Order: sequence, then C-alpha cells, then structure tokens
Amino acid sequence: MTATAGTPVLRGRRILVAKPGLDGHDVGAKVIALALRDAGAEVIYTGLRKSPEQIARVAVEEGVDAVGLSVLSGSHRELAADTIDGLRRAGAGHVRVFVGGTIPAEDFEYLRGLGVRGIYTSAMPLEEVVASVAQALAERSP
Amino acid sequence: MSTQNAPKQPAAGENARTRPERTSGSGIPVPVVATADQLRGAQLEAPGVYPYTRGIFPDGYTGRLWTFRQYSGFGTAEESNQRYRFLLEQGQTGLSVALDLPTQCGYDPVDAMARSEVGKVGVSLSSLADAEVLFEGIDLTRISTSFTINGTAAIIYAMYLAVADKHGVPREKLTGTIQNDILKEYVARGTWIFPVKPSVRLIADSVLYSNDVSPRFNPISIAGAHVRDAGATAVEEIAYTLANGLAYVDELRRRGGDVDRFGRRLSFFFYVHMDFFDEVCKFRAARRIWARLMRSRYGVQDARAQHFRFGVVCGGSSLVSAQPYNNIIRVAVETMAAVLGGAQSIFTCAYDEPFQIPTEFSAELALRTQQIIAYESGVARTVDPLGGSYFVESHTDRMEEAILAVMREIEDYGGVIQAIEDGWLQLRIAERARERKLKIDRGETVVVGQNEFRRADQSEEFGEVFRLDPQAARRVVERYEAVRARRNGAEAQRALARLRQAAAKDGENLMPYLVDCCHAYATVGEMVRELKAQWGEFREPVRL
Repeated sequence: MTATAGTPVLRGRRILVAKPGLDGHDVGAKVIALALRDAGAEVIYTGLRKSPEQIARVAVEEGVDAVGLSVLSGSHRELAADTIDGLRRAGAGHVRVFVGGTIPAEDFEYLRGLGVRGIYTSAMPLEEVVASVAQALAERSP
Repeated sequence: MSTQNAPKQPAAGENARTRPERTSGSGIPVPVVATADQLRGAQLEAPGVYPYTRGIFPDGYTGRLWTFRQYSGFGTAEESNQRYRFLLEQGQTGLSVALDLPTQCGYDPVDAMARSEVGKVGVSLSSLADAEVLFEGIDLTRISTSFTINGTAAIIYAMYLAVADKHGVPREKLTGTIQNDILKEYVARGTWIFPVKPSVRLIADSVLYSNDVSPRFNPISIAGAHVRDAGATAVEEIAYTLANGLAYVDELRRRGGDVDRFGRRLSFFFYVHMDFFDEVCKFRAARRIWARLMRSRYGVQDARAQHFRFGVVCGGSSLVSAQPYNNIIRVAVETMAAVLGGAQSIFTCAYDEPFQIPTEFSAELALRTQQIIAYESGVARTVDPLGGSYFVESHTDRMEEAILAVMREIEDYGGVIQAIEDGWLQLRIAERARERKLKIDRGETVVVGQNEFRRADQSEEFGEVFRLDPQAARRVVERYEAVRARRNGAEAQRALARLRQAAAKDGENLMPYLVDCCHAYATVGEMVRELKAQWGEFREPVRL
C-alpha cells in the first residue's frame, strides 16, 4: 500500500456510507466516513436504519461512485444482496459496493460472489481501507 | 481479506517496549513513582461511609459477592431458555437477556424492516407468549433478570410483570434491571424510537411505577458502557453517564418523584477495558461524585439514595479477532479491575465475541473466569484492598477532577439533552473513535497480536463456530402468527386503544396500560405503533 495519510487519493469521488437494517452501531461507519473525506472524497452518510431500497435510491439520486455498507448485526449477507439488487434494478449496477463490520471470513466468498468489491473489518488500518477503495474505484468495471 | 496487515518483523530485543506511555488511557499523567506528596492529605473515610470512595457497603464482597450475570440470548425463546438453564446450572447467579433488534426497535418479526434481523443478536420477544417460554422453569423469586432494553424498555418491563403474574410470583418479589436509558441510545447504540421528550417521559413512568409495584427491581441502569465502547475515554464515559443521570433525576423530580425514594433504585452500567488503574479509579471517583451531587444538588439524606451501584461488562471493543484466545487473558485482567473497583454485577465477554455469538463452550469459559477470581484469587476477602495506595488515591483524585471538567463542559453547552439533540455529543464520540483507531493503526496503542507481536503464519483460528439455527426466524414468526390467531383480538384492540388515549395525556402513567396490553397478548410492534402515532419518531441529527 502506498497511500499515506493526507493524500487525496479519493478526490472527485462521491461515496455513500450507509447503515442498512436495524443495527445501531454507527461508530465504524462514521470513522470510515471521516477517513474517506480526509482522503478527498465527498462523503454522504445516511444515518441509521435505512432499508436497502432507500440506500439504492439515495445512491442513484446522489450519483455516487460507491456505497459502503456498515453491518455489525450479522445480517450482512441479506443486506448486501438486497442493496446490490436494488442498485441493479435502479439501473445503477455500476456503483461499487463495499461492506464493513463484523464479517466472518467464511462469508467473504459469498459477498465477493455478490459483487462486493472490498470487505473491511475493524482491525484493518484506515489507510489500507482508503487505499483499497481508491484502487477498486480506479479499476474498470468487470 | 485482500490487503492483510503486514506483520511487523521486529529485530531481536526491539519488540519489547521498554518505555510505556506516561499518560493513562484517559490522558491523565502518571508519575513514575507515586508518593505521599501526591495525596491531598485528607483522611480517607471507611467503606460504607459517605462519600463512599472505598465502596458503598462496609463489608464489601464479604457480605455479598457480585452477581455473575452473563449477557445471553439468541434465536427463539426455547433456545435461549435452554442456554439460561445451562448457565444457571454452571453457577451463574443472575440472568441477562439479550434481545434481537426488532424487539429493541419496536418492530414485529414480520415487519419488512425486521426481516433479516429476527433472532440474530438476541432473542425475539414479540409478545407475552414468547416471555412465558423464555422464563419457563426459572424461579423469578430467586433469580434476578436484567434486560438490555431501551427504546421498548417500558414494554418489556410490562411483559416481565405479566409473566410474573402468570407464574403466580408477587411483583414485589421481583429483582432485576431494565436498562431503560434512552439518552445514551441517541449517542451510541442507536435503538431509539421516539423523540427525546416522550422517551424520557416513558422512562419516568416506568421508574415511578416500579418504585410502587416492584420496589426491589431496578427500573433504570444509566449506561456509559456503549459510549465507551464506541470511543469515549474512561473519564468521558463516567462524565456523560453522570450527566445523563442528573437529567433523569431532574425529570423524575419534575414528575413529582421523591429523590430520597427513587434515588435508591437508580443503577449504572459501564465497560471495563484494559487500562487497569483508569478502570479501578473511575469507579472510586464516580462513587463519590454521585454521592456528593445527590447530597449537594438535591439534598438527598437517605444513604441508599446516595449510593452509586453499578454493573459492568468486561471485553467489548477491547477484544480483537487477531489471536483470539488472548481475549481470555484480557477479560481476566478486566474482571480483576472491576472487582477492585467494587462492581455489583459483572458480565464477562466470551473470547469469540468480536466475531460471533458465544458458543456454549466459550460462554462457560467466560463464566469460569469470574468464578476463578471470586473463589481462588482471594481478592474479595477484604474491602477495597487498593485503598490508601499512593498511586490509586492520587489517580482517583485526578480522574475525579477530569470527570468534573467534562461534566462542566456539557453543562456549559446547555445540558446533555441539548448536546444530544444537536448531535454535538455524537460527533465528539465519532472523533474520539477515530483518534482511538489511528492510535492503534500507528502502533501508539499496543494491541498484542494485532499491531504488535504478530506472527507471519498467524492463524485467526478460534475453535468452535456458533451456528444460529437457520429455522429459528421461521419459528419466531410461526409463534407470532399463532398468538395473533388465538388471542382475543377485540380485547387486544381495546387495550391498545386505551394505551393510545393515555399516551396523549402528559402526566398519565402509561405502565398500567402497557401491562394490560401485554396480558391481552398485544405485540411489541402494535404497542409501539400506537405510541408512534401519538409521539412521532426521533429524527436523527446526522453530523459529520
């Protein structure tokens, strides 16, 4: 990883940080949102308790490049699938989706299979999260 | 993970940090050697004597040991009932009910918002029928039950009273706690439902009602644990919590409550993380700050109403998934701090909690940790064994000063309710969380096995995997449907209509109406819908 703190590797990117479902643990989402903003991204945070449909709608309305879902309740499989589905149905299948939270390693493959471009847990340094998001956004759509 | 943290390869002898930080986790300077010069010179009063720095009881744990209370619950009421019976057979002395998010946020299990969360982080209690199963075979006169419930706390308390009625247990014999602290939900944890004012009214209703009908029950547990786990320091954790406590006392007095009476049943709840002396001393400082505030601000004379009684949870975000068995040692250290700080009840997290619901094996190990400290280490033999230590007493003094400074800052802002409604406190916690995270990322805070002392071939293996029964959610919904089909629908509707009318009248205590609703098998979602219709919903201030 080459990104260093303060490098605006995400300048010009619009990213929606979202809390799907009922999980109220929002500190991880906020810390990530602050880190993405520090890296130059324009960050929109949804606040708590949004349905996947609401998140997809906001993503389209705001014309974001990426959606970051934060889930600590164990419901990441369903919520990521529904959000990606919602984005596709809204004609926004190009929007990159990232997932963070309490995600067991055994679910990584399932999430990647859905099209999730990055999976982040609390142990991962912020700098690496930012670099990984920047890299995924720089890649062409599959 | 695609980009794993590269393990550091320390040169020989380099990885042992020879110069630990000179300030505590709360940022308080720590002397290399504490001496009598650091003491303020005042004679320290005995345990059980105002302002209770050394403990609220003269005999400490020799009179009564702390309660072993493991937070537990998942899936259906049947599965959770089985886990409770297992833990009680293993020597647990109190129950602590973990509820699923739909129950906590006031949605029935069939609601679209609830769909993916039924039975996940706790047990689903959608009506009295679930509660009847949950407490089957458990003697409610002997076992105290704690519920981590806030937005729907008054409803779950009503349900507990209704279960006691069904079991033929007199309500006045019930012991236990509902968390019922909505203010911190707006700041961290997020299971709010209604706007601040009606929420605080509902808390006052339940506290005043409980004082009358179940006087041994704690109708509120003012909790700092969640803001702490979210990012606050130990000092801020205590300061925010005491500030919330004062807000509740003000509201209860406004409602005509007698502080000498309801003050006896106020309890508190905190996290214990790894900075050992911050943890021990924050409790010693908090005890005397609370007692002094109760006396000076409200003229409380009753000693028990000055007592700062608290439960703790050890673990939380201080536990990590890297080298997960290390968490067992962390929890043991934290439990020791809780005991030396004088906690009334302790929940020890299982080592696998950073990534899953504990298995029966890991849950038992967590309980054994407490039992070993209680029965083998001998620390409970004498009251406040650290009392009089140059360092502990001077650090307690400095923690106290720092806590009071943060409380003044909140008061200057316009009080804690204002700070929450504006999102000021929420933003502050988020900034603190970022600081904490960056310190770990940069290696300024050592987390063994995560940012230091990693092995290149490190496995994140953690033993048994917990599997939630994939059919649990379906069974929850089946009972929900069955209850609605078999109950007297007209009776339930009448009870709900009366609840709605009462909610429209400020000053009317809603508890009797909620108990009636529970007895009529009205569901949590139905009761919440009635209240939302009157009060609306909280609008979260999203500030970044």
